[in-house]
Amino acid sequence: MSATRDAILHGIRQGLWRGRLSPDRAAELAERVAAHRRNLVPARAAALDPAARVDLFVAMAEEVQTSVARVASEADIPAEAARYLAAENLPAELVAAPDVSLDTIPWETRPLLQVRRGRAEAQDAVSLTPCLAGIAETGTLMLVSGPGTPSTLNFLPDTHVVVLHAGQVVASYEDGWDLLRALRGSDPPPQAGEGGSSLGGDRVGALPRTVNLITGPSRTGDIEQRIQLGAHGPRRLHVVLVEDAPAQG
Amino acid sequence: MQPTSHSFPANARAGLANPVLQQALGLARTGFPQRRQEAIARLPEFEELREQGRAIKDHVLAHLDFYLELYEQNVVASGGQVHWARTAEEARAAILDICRAANAKIVTKGKSMVAEEIALNDHLEANGITPVETDLGEYIIQLRHEPPSHIIAPAIHLMKEQVADAFRAAHDELDPARPLADPRALCDEARTVLRPLFLAADVGITGANFLVAETGSSIIVTNEGNGDLTQILPRVHIVITGIEKIVPTLEDAATLLRLLARSATGQEFSSYTTISTGPRRDGDLDGPEEYHVVLLDNGRSALLGGEFQDMLRCLRCAACLNHCPVYAAVGGHAYGWVYPGPMGAVLTPALVGVREAGHLPNASTFCGRCESVCPVKIPLPNMMRHWREREFAQHLNPPVYRSGLRLWAWVARQPGLYHALAGIASRVLGWAGLYRGRFRSLPLAHGWTAVRDMPAPQGRTFHSLWAEQQSRAGRRR
Repeated sequence: MSATRDAILHGIRQGLWRGRLSPDRAAELAERVAAHRRNLVPARAAALDPAARVDLFVAMAEEVQTSVARVASEADIPAEAARYLAAENLPAELVAAPDVSLDTIPWETRPLLQVRRGRAEAQDAVSLTPCLAGIAETGTLMLVSGPGTPSTLNFLPDTHVVVLHAGQVVASYEDGWDLLRALRGSDPPPQAGEGGSSLGGDRVGALPRTVNLITGPSRTGDIEQRIQLGAHGPRRLHVVLVEDAPAQG
Repeated sequence: MQPTSHSFPANARAGLANPVLQQALGLARTGFPQRRQEAIARLPEFEELREQGRAIKDHVLAHLDFYLELYEQNVVASGGQVHWARTAEEARAAILDICRAANAKIVTKGKSMVAEEIALNDHLEANGITPVETDLGEYIIQLRHEPPSHIIAPAIHLMKEQVADAFRAAHDELDPARPLADPRALCDEARTVLRPLFLAADVGITGANFLVAETGSSIIVTNEGNGDLTQILPRVHIVITGIEKIVPTLEDAATLLRLLARSATGQEFSSYTTISTGPRRDGDLDGPEEYHVVLLDNGRSALLGGEFQDMLRCLRCAACLNHCPVYAAVGGHAYGWVYPGPMGAVLTPALVGVREAGHLPNASTFCGRCESVCPVKIPLPNMMRHWREREFAQHLNPPVYRSGLRLWAWVARQPGLYHALAGIASRVLGWAGLYRGRFRSLPLAHGWTAVRDMPAPQGRTFHSLWAEQQSRAGRRR
């Protein structure tokens, strides 16, 4: 296996008319990687104040058939979930992510709504999950896997409900990457520059196993290019936008 | 699959005579370009992003060894394994080994052009493992035992009636009288039939749109969610992809992601962009226990440093197919292998040899639309020209064609003789075509006049008109 690897790398260097990179050049490249320098980020969302950013997120999300309901606080989530399920003619049952961020939702205010916590199983029709961020640029949700947030919840059920706090709405994918890196905890702030060696083993668990950027429900255009929702993933994607926290500047 | 690119002319004729194909291509011709145009009109920075996308890819290719090593280190650091494969055969063997070690019976697959390139399904089947394509288009063509005809819309050559026929034949446990008249019903049936297979699969195989060196992650971009069910449900996740898919950082991936969906389907962003890093972590309730990446070379490294290096920038978005008048006329199967359209006309000779695929770079009008819509500005027409030169240098064209070209080249290098002959030909043709103003057929040009008329020249050559205009301008000055 390692002979194959060496042969491929040798072939690449031969094609490029050089040997291994000099240590100086390799260090420069390692620095380029560690700097996480941004390329051009479209102005579309970057220039907006927090409230306008949230509005852009909602507009872009609705364009791709994500439905959005704005609620004032976390206490309103059970009522909104019950209303949504009834409006869509779905049974009043859901499986919610076991994540601590959902522990404070007062489900007892809606005793008829059955809530199970855990990963999704084949028979689950509706899931409810938190997310790490909403990305205004394209109305995209960013979800990460972890013990409290199994990824099956995002794909197996027919209907996926996502709780998004207004303060979680960021402008760009790059803002999302900064949040991912902050999850790891060991990374210096993005502006810090050098960021240590990117080659070291300290990057174990650097990113969560699965990061899902979700922009609307599942769809396909594979038959006569006519778009159908719900190809294999959820047919419906519903965002409950909780406007309780001031958005981050 | 065995390439049949050498029969492009016959394949193309068959495509032109196929009414279903022509109807299906009619839908594609307008749909994709229009949606792309609308999407990029909404993003003023699109041109600058193309320039940056090209620069990122060029930077990676110039340092590909470095980024591959960094990528491998980070895959290993996050608990995954990297398998290197020089050839299709080595890649198939690596994947089969992993499947066998996992005692796999059913393998689900997300859409992967590299898996097509290495003819993975046939190999798994021959070894007693059932591969199940889960992308709707791929599933349809798997049922029909045919290759994809488009790199992002594999079943674009079919209308819904052919899909319904394939479903009725394959899903014989369902009521034969069920209605399957519209895409919605077909889509629902595929969803119902495939769901238990997703849950039963032992191994899931996906491709990768990007590999991130910084994090050791693979990124897939899909709309259906099939790629995600493929990689989070089975115990083992295998990524099969080419060595050129590397990007340095997530920031670089973001730039290319902004180009990809808009160029491909005209979406602002595809429904699902998924970044996968290693196997499931301690405490995770789902996700694969093993994560393998098979890195395929298969002739790619040989393109570095030569006239075809730019082809390694390709994102596989299919914009060049969607804007190509030749592809739109003959469809993807005419190209006789895995990669059709302009990108296929450049890549196929590189991967299977110009002897097999020499027709493909010749099947171009050089209109240049492919290059003008390419998100990473690959000079596709120029590279097709390079293939034509190589084909000539290797004496692969028929003798008549070669003698004709040689004669033409000789005449074109004698300006006096050229002008004299062009003047005579132009006057003779002008006189002969005086009555109709056009020719229905011409000797030595039946291929051209069979489908259109040749306008008759007006009697003067461009050179003589130009000389006259120059001398008049000189007098005025």
